[in-house]
Amino acid sequence: MNDNDGGAWSPYLAGALSGLVSICSVWLAGKYFGASTTFVRSAGMVEQAVDPERVAAMPYFMKEVPMIDWQWMFVVGIFIGALIASTTSGSFRWQALPEMWQTRFGPVRWKRWLVAFIGGTIGMFGARLADGCPSGHGLSGSMQLAVSGFVALVCFFAGGMIVARLLYGGGDQR
Amino acid sequence: MTTLLYGLVTGILFGFLLQKGRVLRYDKQLGALRLQDMTIIKFMLSAVLVGMVGVYLLSDLGLVKLSIKPMILGGVVVGGLIFGVGWGLLGYCPGTSLGAFGEGRWDSAWGILGMLCGAALYAEAYPLMKVTVLTWGNYGKITLPQVLGVSHWLVIPLFISGGLALFYWFEKKGL
Repeated sequence: MNDNDGGAWSPYLAGALSGLVSICSVWLAGKYFGASTTFVRSAGMVEQAVDPERVAAMPYFMKEVPMIDWQWMFVVGIFIGALIASTTSGSFRWQALPEMWQTRFGPVRWKRWLVAFIGGTIGMFGARLADGCPSGHGLSGSMQLAVSGFVALVCFFAGGMIVARLLYGGGDQR
Repeated sequence: MTTLLYGLVTGILFGFLLQKGRVLRYDKQLGALRLQDMTIIKFMLSAVLVGMVGVYLLSDLGLVKLSIKPMILGGVVVGGLIFGVGWGLLGYCPGTSLGAFGEGRWDSAWGILGMLCGAALYAEAYPLMKVTVLTWGNYGKITLPQVLGVSHWLVIPLFISGGLALFYWFEKKGL
């Protein structure tokens, strides 16, 4: 894999430091990492702009109230942090298609966009049904030794591996 | 307000580390799902192993509260598998999609739009899910040490040993 684009750290180091950041977050703010609830709150905010009465009557938006909270800012922060890290190390690249995708499926952009959109829709539906994504279940759940976190992680990878195999086939070709 | 600021700063630090660890890329996420490149597993597991020691230490000292999500078989298994299918198609998860956009991989923007639609769809489906899938096999907020009936300080060293053995194997295999 091509990593020679500057500024890469060992994933062990970056991961361990993220573990420390997450401990500090729990300690100082009482907040565990998570990301997918933010998409619910954001979708709710968009829908509120169109039809506030309907949103106010929906049970899921009563549970996850459409508002900007700690996690919403956390998710925005991920964007800013990645922007800072990539632009200061020369690894920022305005790229429409991932290399692995382009090698397998060619340079037609709309195909990737369509699959990304559909994948996002399916993925978020599943994440909300599971009550968490790789941040909430995978990181926060499993670091607390939660059974739900471990089971969710196994299911995430099982589903993902099946799709990866369907898209790219078996074998070792890269 | 302070809480929001904590969220932003924590997110910036995490996003910075995700980018440095090269975890945000489609090629890395699919690389893991194709069992060719274990970068994201190395990152996640390192974070989890460090996190579990810190969080349980602070919890034993009474400084933090655990926040365990309930083990609802229907929701976690069915939802988890559905999430996996979407993840394999998109190649970014909810958190990393924003980070991938931050490093200019803008195919992620279509995924972010899709995820907003997926969240809206789930909000519509929630009343139905609540009386069906989410009632299947609810075991409550359980942890592994509780299920095994042992101290978490027995489970944590086992996880760390297992994790280090896995890391050794990854490096030996060049994954």
